[in-house]
Amino acid sequence: MIEVTDLTKRYAGRTAVAGISFAVNRGEIVGLLGPNGAGKSTTMRILSTFLPATSGTVRVAGYDVFHDSVEVRRRIGFMPENNPLYLEMRVREYLKFRARLKGLGWARSRQRVDTVMEQCGLTDVRRRIIGQLSKGYRQRVGLADALVHDPELIILDEPTIGLDPNQIRSVRQLIKSLAGNHTVLISTHILPEAEMMCSRMLIMFEGKILAADTPENLQRQMAGNSQVIAEIAAPVAELQRVWQEVPEIEQYDISAAEGEFYRCALTPRDGHDLRPQIFALTREHGWTLRELTRSRHSLEDIYVQVTRRNEEDKENG
Amino acid sequence: MSIFLTLARRELAALFLSVTGYIIIAAVTLLIGLGFVVFLTNLGSDPTLVPVTEMFYSSYFFWLILLVAGPVITMRLFALEKSSGTYENLMTTPVSDVEVVAAKFAAALVFYLIMWLPLLACLGVVSRFTQQPGALDPGAIGGTYLGIFLVGALFLSLGCFASAISRTQMGAAMIAFVLGVAFFSLGFLASALPATAQWQSNFLSYFGVFGQMRDFARGVVDTRAVIFYVSLTLFFLFLTLRAVESRRWK
Repeated sequence: MIEVTDLTKRYAGRTAVAGISFAVNRGEIVGLLGPNGAGKSTTMRILSTFLPATSGTVRVAGYDVFHDSVEVRRRIGFMPENNPLYLEMRVREYLKFRARLKGLGWARSRQRVDTVMEQCGLTDVRRRIIGQLSKGYRQRVGLADALVHDPELIILDEPTIGLDPNQIRSVRQLIKSLAGNHTVLISTHILPEAEMMCSRMLIMFEGKILAADTPENLQRQMAGNSQVIAEIAAPVAELQRVWQEVPEIEQYDISAAEGEFYRCALTPRDGHDLRPQIFALTREHGWTLRELTRSRHSLEDIYVQVTRRNEEDKENG
Repeated sequence: MSIFLTLARRELAALFLSVTGYIIIAAVTLLIGLGFVVFLTNLGSDPTLVPVTEMFYSSYFFWLILLVAGPVITMRLFALEKSSGTYENLMTTPVSDVEVVAAKFAAALVFYLIMWLPLLACLGVVSRFTQQPGALDPGAIGGTYLGIFLVGALFLSLGCFASAISRTQMGAAMIAFVLGVAFFSLGFLASALPATAQWQSNFLSYFGVFGQMRDFARGVVDTRAVIFYVSLTLFFLFLTLRAVESRRWK
């Protein structure tokens, strides 16, 4: 559905996207993940034909975004960053206007607008002025707009930013429900969000794609070196002695917690999962264990890890 | 065509859905009314043979409206969409750049013409209360409105261009106003040139908006002037189109 080859975008003096290549298949939900300024929005703007690329080619549904821009635009639903809308219009009026702009006939646009309003939960506010709606509703109007012409490809730039947890959940469910019939490309900087919605993630950093895989595989790669936190009630000296004796523990750090508990942060060697072993040890020594967790990687950790791996590759090769 | 109409209708509706449109119309109605009162007072004390429409056009109220209304109507067209981000929404739908420029200009032009309707009411008052049957000549009124239409179209196209190259509405309005005033002043330059500068003053006299408008107000339609305005308007619309397209080669 999307083929990006060697895409580069340079603004005056600054490279926003540096020679990225990726492909997205029909029916996939792909997450573009990265911190602010990684080049996500620029990539999406180029995909949606709003900006030209400095070099490289981008094809959407077989059409070149630069040469067959109108054909591409017919096939995409794009929700830009910050979801700009005409605030003075009413919800239904706005969606009908957008449907007509996207080339739907009079009867068809009416029918589609009713469908997407139903789908996005906007039927109750259809006569309200967009400027007076809450941010969550506005976001849904933006989504409804992206869906209104039933496009093959839906591009959403940070669709859940600034929403409260309930609204985020409903937007996520909506996006998940699009899988299969539509191809969806969403950008986010929240890792769990991408894990929840996407069948594949592309991690962008400083204009490059650092990793592209399923969320499970990425987690598995990262989980290898994740720390285990254990809060145990036991004498410090004994804890130190035990941790030193376990060969799988590379490093440990003990700090006092409330009461007689101590908080131990244990770093494993070679990607071992330390949890079963720690549980066995506490039982063996008769200690009280009140917490045992393996820290999940935050997005920052992943960036750090992937960038470090890239640098190592460079040094080795 | 249907996309053009959809777009133009929205642009026009946007002017009436926000308070801007009403403020512009109210201000213009006030200025037209003031100008009308001033020249009626003069007429009462000092009868003249000059057509009513010509008297009105030569008042500075008329030129104030022409020079200020253009920038104010057009400043929002592109600049507001760019600053609010809706431009991105608009330009990623399957509409062509030509359709966008044409629709925005058409909406501005329709609004501009609606704005001038109160002048008809003023002329109606004159024809109702005058004793002279020839005080209002349909030709002169038609000519005046044609002049308002042509000069206005040119100023609106200047405004469209200014809005297309600006990121903020204020910037757009200022550029449009400066362009309009510069254009308006060019005509007066011809008379300021020394008599030896033959071709220069001939050239500059084409830009004499003031003189050409006098002809229109008298009911004299000079094809040279009509062609001049239409072609300059199209030229600035073409520049607007290039400015809109420029995001594709920047």
